Amino acid sequence: MEKDPYNVVVTGVGGQGNVLASQLIGAILVDKGLKVTIGETYGASQRGGSVMSHVRISEKRQYGPLIPPRCADLVLALEPSEAARVLGEFGNPATISVVNTRPVYPVDVISGDLTYPDIDRLFEKIKSLSAKTYFLPATDRALELGSPILANIILMGAAAGAGLLPITEDDLAKAITERVSAAKVDINRTAFRVGADLVNDVPAG
Amino acid sequence: MSLISLDAPGREILLMGNEAIARGALEAGISVAAAYPGNPSSEIIGSLAEVAKEMGLYVEWSVNEKVALEVAAAAATSGLNALVAMKQNGLNVASDFLLNLNMTGIRGGLVIVVCDDPAGISSTNEEDSRVFARLADLPLLEPSTFGEAKEMVRFAFEVSRAIENVCIVRSVTRISHARGNVILGPLPSTRLVPYFDTTRSFSALPPSITHPVAHRRLKQAADMLAESRFNGYSGPETPELLVIASGAGVLFSGEVIDTLGLEARVGLLKIGTTWPLPEKLILERLRTAEKVLFAEEVDPVLETNVKALFADNNQRLPRITFLGKKSGTIPDLGELSPGLMTRVIADLTGTAIPDIDADYAESARDALENFTPFRSLAFCPGCPHRASFWAIKKALALDGRNGVLFGDIGCYGLGFLPTGFRQPKTLHAMGSGAGMASGFGKLHDLGATQPALTVCGDSTFYHAAIPALINGLHHRSNFLMILLDNSATAMTGFQPHPGSPVDAMGDPAPPVLLEDLCAAMGIKTLIRDPFDLDDAAMTIFELIQETGTKVLILRQECALVRAKKTPRRYRVHVDPAKCIGEECGCNRFCTRVFRCPGLNWDVSAGKSVIDEAICAGCGVCADLCPRGAIVKESA
Ligand code: SF4
Ligand code: SF4
Repeated sequence: MEKDPYNVVVTGVGGQGNVLASQLIGAILVDKGLKVTIGETYGASQRGGSVMSHVRISEKRQYGPLIPPRCADLVLALEPSEAARVLGEFGNPATISVVNTRPVYPVDVISGDLTYPDIDRLFEKIKSLSAKTYFLPATDRALELGSPILANIILMGAAAGAGLLPITEDDLAKAITERVSAAKVDINRTAFRVGADLVNDVPAG
Repeated sequence: MSLISLDAPGREILLMGNEAIARGALEAGISVAAAYPGNPSSEIIGSLAEVAKEMGLYVEWSVNEKVALEVAAAAATSGLNALVAMKQNGLNVASDFLLNLNMTGIRGGLVIVVCDDPAGISSTNEEDSRVFARLADLPLLEPSTFGEAKEMVRFAFEVSRAIENVCIVRSVTRISHARGNVILGPLPSTRLVPYFDTTRSFSALPPSITHPVAHRRLKQAADMLAESRFNGYSGPETPELLVIASGAGVLFSGEVIDTLGLEARVGLLKIGTTWPLPEKLILERLRTAEKVLFAEEVDPVLETNVKALFADNNQRLPRITFLGKKSGTIPDLGELSPGLMTRVIADLTGTAIPDIDADYAESARDALENFTPFRSLAFCPGCPHRASFWAIKKALALDGRNGVLFGDIGCYGLGFLPTGFRQPKTLHAMGSGAGMASGFGKLHDLGATQPALTVCGDSTFYHAAIPALINGLHHRSNFLMILLDNSATAMTGFQPHPGSPVDAMGDPAPPVLLEDLCAAMGIKTLIRDPFDLDDAAMTIFELIQETGTKVLILRQECALVRAKKTPRRYRVHVDPAKCIGEECGCNRFCTRVFRCPGLNWDVSAGKSVIDEAICAGCGVCADLCPRGAIVKESA
């Protein structure tokens, strides 16, 4: 990795599968001989809150489980307003963002007590806080594959396709076999490829 | 799938802190593991349960933490190694037994792993369990990495066997729920055979005899702990600032010293054996210290104990300024973080923190203020609790006497938020809703006119609510206990409990049914489906018109458990021709009031819509819409 530590934030809303995504990334990179620390906040994560995993990758040492403010190198966001939340605290002018475009509305937005930001302005904001941004319709493509939860693997595939994570489809297959189930390998391979293809189609902003 | 039983000594893999702890126990040759689930500790026993069969262990989800400790103590008085895991609140439950077990000791190995939750990320409190070590005269270790968590648990068993008493390992959320590299060690090939040596007795009586034994054992532990490799110093011989840290504080402090380039000026004394302290090592470092900063979570435990050590030795030590929670340098609550440690250490050493471009910082602030709507916690889409609280709200409104709902611990603890329509008015410990309802139900004798109700989950009922229900019944208290039976310990990851047809290891187990228990006590007990909202609400209304202690079981599976095994019940959509939005007079009932995340408000169309990626297909909202605009079709 060019930067050491290389700090990745995987973010989303409870139930979107970002904990699994960060775990797979970590497992693959540890197998490649790197030191990886993942800090995550859950407990209430199944129940609508923001969920963030901090993945810290190093050749030298075992870093602490939290990324210091303004020190994210890569943000993988399963939800756009969560991307803004993470960039607001951990972003810096060199941060690269890979963002799922589909919003998940907070219950207080649904009830009308809060408003969700205007989507175009939100995308602009994310762009302005990132050196480079990839926006992807990951949930829509995941639904086409049969399950919205695959958006996390699509995002991983996109990051890998853009050269932002040293991970291949075969690495993913191995990690899924070891940590999830051999029966899930094919669908995850497909999702990974969808992500890698998508990132080549969308122009980075 | 759990990797903790991987027989590959030397291989380095990614494990969660809790899995590393479980692996350490396997390497130590445990035979028994028991716990009651509680975040952030649940994955320890969860992962051991997965490998129990192949590793020849007995693993159980006990009815509560005290029983878990008793089950483990039976193994440990029979010569085996046993592990118990719990969250901080759990240690309170187990403490009654612990503060007697410490007096008798054991004959094998018994390690308690207690996972504290600084900042209460998944807890009602953030108590610091380390004080129990002192209270119970037992040794306590604190890991700061995942690899160390594994090693420490293995070592804790060595200590426990050597001193013939319990050894405690204290983890925190940032270790337990984090993941990192762990190098696997060898797994033992032999198993101990349990035998209770009846020539020995384990009686805490009389304390005049057992207490000195406990003290002697603690002294013996102190020597082992002081010689262990879990304490260490790195930094200059005479540091400007000496940081004394434990747990997650070690990693945060070490990183900050590095990034601020302070390796030659600031020293880091890592303490892994928190009680008893490695006194010789600490005194050595204090000899050349001027300023000491404590980095620990949550209470000033190291801080207080090191200061006491300093006081005992002050003739031989320099003047030292101690900084920490007492001085206000570090907040006396919540978690540590790299940001906090950067500010504190930079400030104490007069170091500049590299600053970010001002425009970027301004834009980032704008992002946080204007682009990130707060996500309050809510029940899952299709969660039966939303329906249950709705029924309670309706029944209480119909009743009109301002009834009081006492709350309890579980997913339904969120009921005090808008997601549960703010119905429960109290939230404390496991089972305490029932106890308070039992008490309030007696205040009717003193003139109270408000009906008393309590909600309690199935797992919580077995854990701690049964004695309170018996208490209410026996004292003819007027209250309704509503059992929210979702057939799972949902909050912590769906572990089985005594009402389940299987146990932790997946073997069939005779379910102890809620209705059978209540019937055996002679309590009037009804069972309803919370998804049938009107029926549930009317039943609650009728039951609170009666006197005496009553039970209503609202039974419907947890939406997440259901989604794992069965397809959606209904395909649900909003008929845009029928939904007339703000015109309707329903006050946007479905979204503004019922608030299921599967529903959405299409602002431009001014109509409700269902989000197919989120809706769980329970169909409840279709029954609520006064215009019948929400359509459910069997899927
Ligand atoms: S059917 Fe209605 S209440 Fe049930 S999950 Fe879907 S949107 Fe929510
Ligand atoms: S996990 Fe189950 S019980 Fe808990 S909020 Fe979600 S659906 Fe409800």
